[in-house]
Amino acid sequence: MTDKNNSGEYESVIGLEVHAQLRTKTKIFCGCKVGYGAPPNTLTCPVCLGLPGALPVLNKKAVECAILMILAVGGEVQERSVFARKNYFYPDLPKGYQISQYDQPLGLGGCVGLEASDAHKAKAIRLKRIHLEEDAGKLLHSESGESFSRVDLNRCGVPLIEIVTEPEVLKPAEARRCMTRVRQILQYLDVSDADMEKGQLRCDANVSVRPVGASEFGVRTEVKNLNSFRFLEKALAFEIDRQTKLLKSGGMIEQCTMLWNEDRQTVEPMRTKEESEDYRYFPEPDLVALIVNDAWLKEMQAGLPELPDERKRRFIGQYHIHEADAGVLTDSRELGDYYEKVMCDFDDGKLAANWTLTELLRVLHEEKTGVASLRVKPPMLADLLGQIKSGRISGKIAKVVFGEMLKTGRPAAEIIEHKGLTQITDISKLRKVIEEVLAENDKNLRRYLSGRTGVFDYFVGQVMRKTKGMANPEAARKLLQEKLDELSS
Amino acid sequence: MHDYATLSASAITEGLKNKNFSAVEICRAAISAARDTGQKLNAFISIAEEKAIKQAEAIDRKLAAGKTPGRLAGVPVALKDNICYTDYPTTCGSHILENFVPPYDATCVKKLLEADAVVIGKTNMDEFGMGSSSENSYFGPVKNPIGGQLVPGGSSGGSAGAVAAGIVPVAFGSDTGGSIRQPAAFCGVYGLKPTYGAVSRYGLVAFASSMDQIGPFARNARDVALAYSAVCGKDDCDTTSKDFDQPDFDGLLDTDRKFRIGLPKEYFQEGLDSEVAAKVENAADVLRKAGHEILNISLPRTPLAIATYYIIANAEASSNLARYDGVKFGLREADDILAVMYSKTRSAGFGTEVKRRIMLGTYVLSAGYYEAYYHKAQQVRELIKDDFANAFKIVDLLLAPTTPTPPFKIGEKIDDPLAMYLSDIFTVPANLAGIPALSIPIGTTSDGRPVGGQFMAPAFGELSLFQIAGWFERTS
Repeated sequence: MTDKNNSGEYESVIGLEVHAQLRTKTKIFCGCKVGYGAPPNTLTCPVCLGLPGALPVLNKKAVECAILMILAVGGEVQERSVFARKNYFYPDLPKGYQISQYDQPLGLGGCVGLEASDAHKAKAIRLKRIHLEEDAGKLLHSESGESFSRVDLNRCGVPLIEIVTEPEVLKPAEARRCMTRVRQILQYLDVSDADMEKGQLRCDANVSVRPVGASEFGVRTEVKNLNSFRFLEKALAFEIDRQTKLLKSGGMIEQCTMLWNEDRQTVEPMRTKEESEDYRYFPEPDLVALIVNDAWLKEMQAGLPELPDERKRRFIGQYHIHEADAGVLTDSRELGDYYEKVMCDFDDGKLAANWTLTELLRVLHEEKTGVASLRVKPPMLADLLGQIKSGRISGKIAKVVFGEMLKTGRPAAEIIEHKGLTQITDISKLRKVIEEVLAENDKNLRRYLSGRTGVFDYFVGQVMRKTKGMANPEAARKLLQEKLDELSS
Repeated sequence: MHDYATLSASAITEGLKNKNFSAVEICRAAISAARDTGQKLNAFISIAEEKAIKQAEAIDRKLAAGKTPGRLAGVPVALKDNICYTDYPTTCGSHILENFVPPYDATCVKKLLEADAVVIGKTNMDEFGMGSSSENSYFGPVKNPIGGQLVPGGSSGGSAGAVAAGIVPVAFGSDTGGSIRQPAAFCGVYGLKPTYGAVSRYGLVAFASSMDQIGPFARNARDVALAYSAVCGKDDCDTTSKDFDQPDFDGLLDTDRKFRIGLPKEYFQEGLDSEVAAKVENAADVLRKAGHEILNISLPRTPLAIATYYIIANAEASSNLARYDGVKFGLREADDILAVMYSKTRSAGFGTEVKRRIMLGTYVLSAGYYEAYYHKAQQVRELIKDDFANAFKIVDLLLAPTTPTPPFKIGEKIDDPLAMYLSDIFTVPANLAGIPALSIPIGTTSDGRPVGGQFMAPAFGELSLFQIAGWFERTS
């Protein structure tokens, strides 16, 4: 490869291999439950333990999850795909081979779209393939100095899809956005919880660098263990930097596998090309070919849920909210779902969006919790917003009520009633307060009457203070204006 | 006691109904024969006495209560030791699984128990089904009951010997490249390799998954049909098993049906023992005289079968046997270093022939060799299937020798793997094509060694095999 430009600048080419655990009730080739955090080796049977004589039977639900993902990214579901054995020895792999798909995967092509934002241009990352496979178990290395490791096979046979991107000119931040996008789509489809912390979403990357403008790829390395969004970006940046420096100093990149070391914040060589495994793939003779006929594919297409982009466009049109708000609301499926459920019982899209994006997100962030575990369910929030809309309470009081609702789980009306938080809309009561305020602020009243109308808001503030925030602000303003006009004339 | 040895399975079910004897009596006789004769032949690896007696008692209670017994009620059966049966070891004739007790029953075992058969023990075999003489067992070689220090054939030699010696009327084996038919021929009994997909493989310890089939041994055609009908059928636990129409063989065996039978010329060329050739030709004559039509036909790709078979079978075996790594079950030769533990365990646990095949299989799947070996072998396999498909456009059945020679002596071929592999030359094509084949006794050589002839039929044509075997029994 020749360096065609003289700038000495390098660009990085990245290909991602993303593994996502599918959200099925049972494993991909047996009836064992899929569960996280169960006692070791309790979710196992002869099939997933790889006992002699046991045979795999394909879980239809896992296939359907994979089909949905392929359709969602615009890939082609293959009518006939074939499972293959990937042979290697490791204690977390009881059969000595992993059942995967090799030269005839379930899905080909498609792409993951990255939207434009202030900092980034829009970009589509092309996909090579999406295939089904089984997960391996886990090794539990001793923390108390035992000379052996333990094996937990609960995860063994949990269905995975592997999503493989084409090598693209990408920056680490774009790779991260691609992963975020994949997670979003998986969650929208409800085919995976895609929680990286639980290992439900994992990523390996192939990385190479080349002079800007070169047409061929450089020698690549594989970086493994990129199991958080933060590591992904850091590790890629680290490896790109390492390769670039090496090339600039006249060195050569050696094809090898690198491992991200979280503790040391570096990538470290794991094995060289010579040490790389020969997986001896061949068609899995224990499983017949997977046939997805037209009828099945149509059924799946019909069942394809709304995806983030479509939903965003719909929110803008249907609820009359800003594009940016619609974007945040549809970022995660569960937040969008929450908003829509609020809107089932409420009719002001903007008010609901404001509350969801400020109050709700703030609480979720502070308490590091998910929407599902909130005590304030969507109908309860809708009810609270209704109280604002009808003028029964002010927005400010509503925040107090909301805080109480989060703590106690009681409905808004009950809290308002119990604490006597209803707004004062009684005109005679408000007039009396206004007269008191004006009487107590003679100086300011004179200022106003001399034309410095800017003190109007000060009077409003005083009225609110005197009523402990329970005056209906609109009514107060109206009556105050009337009174002042009367005094001016 | 010895009277029971000659009883057929159908005679036992009949005798039980007529209260000529009890299931427990039959069971005890079989167990005693397994301990006595069986031990002399080294035919059994374990005898399931306690469980067998309980099963027999339950059947006697069932009969006493006037309930309808299963179709194999009280019939003592033996299982090759690669078929999973709870409470007793399933060793596959290997040191590496010497102490492996499966926590589940194979589907065919479940079906046998539902049919009220009584499992009396697990039979000796070539390690993991790899061999043609039952000499490759960690538990020592099996002897042919006809004596003369002959091998019983393999790999299901223990099951064939147990039936031939009258220990049980029915036994089950597995056939990947001839492992039922070849020992049936050597021991002078009937042995069926069913259509691939006719009998569930769930619980059969895999050798070569795309060819392995469980099948029965018996001493007559009717018992073979009876035993097969008890275990065949689609199983949700084995996705390679198939749904098919299963006729009630019982009423269909005595038929007037005349068959067109092809003699494939490639099975009658050099390397075939002249006495074996004469017996097969004689069998063809018998059938011709009985009114069947005999035609000479050709299966031109037959010479490619043995190479194709050993590539595919060993490739699959190398992967299937990877699980014996010392981690979860079976033998472990401990070491602090994982790779060394693997190596020590597998070096100690597997016998020579198994190691040879794992290495061959690993080689043909390796990067750079896959296309030339495994991939090409798969292509040839399709051509061999085509050969049979073309033949079955002309004939209903094929008749050929089961083996190129009569049984040989223990030790004669054990140091010559190629010569041993060639004893499968006539049996492997049916496994590659997935078609059913039945070996039946068709006479003996001048020195009294059994000769077997095999009929082959299109997929799921087992009924024709039973019918032609019945014809031969009646007319010869």
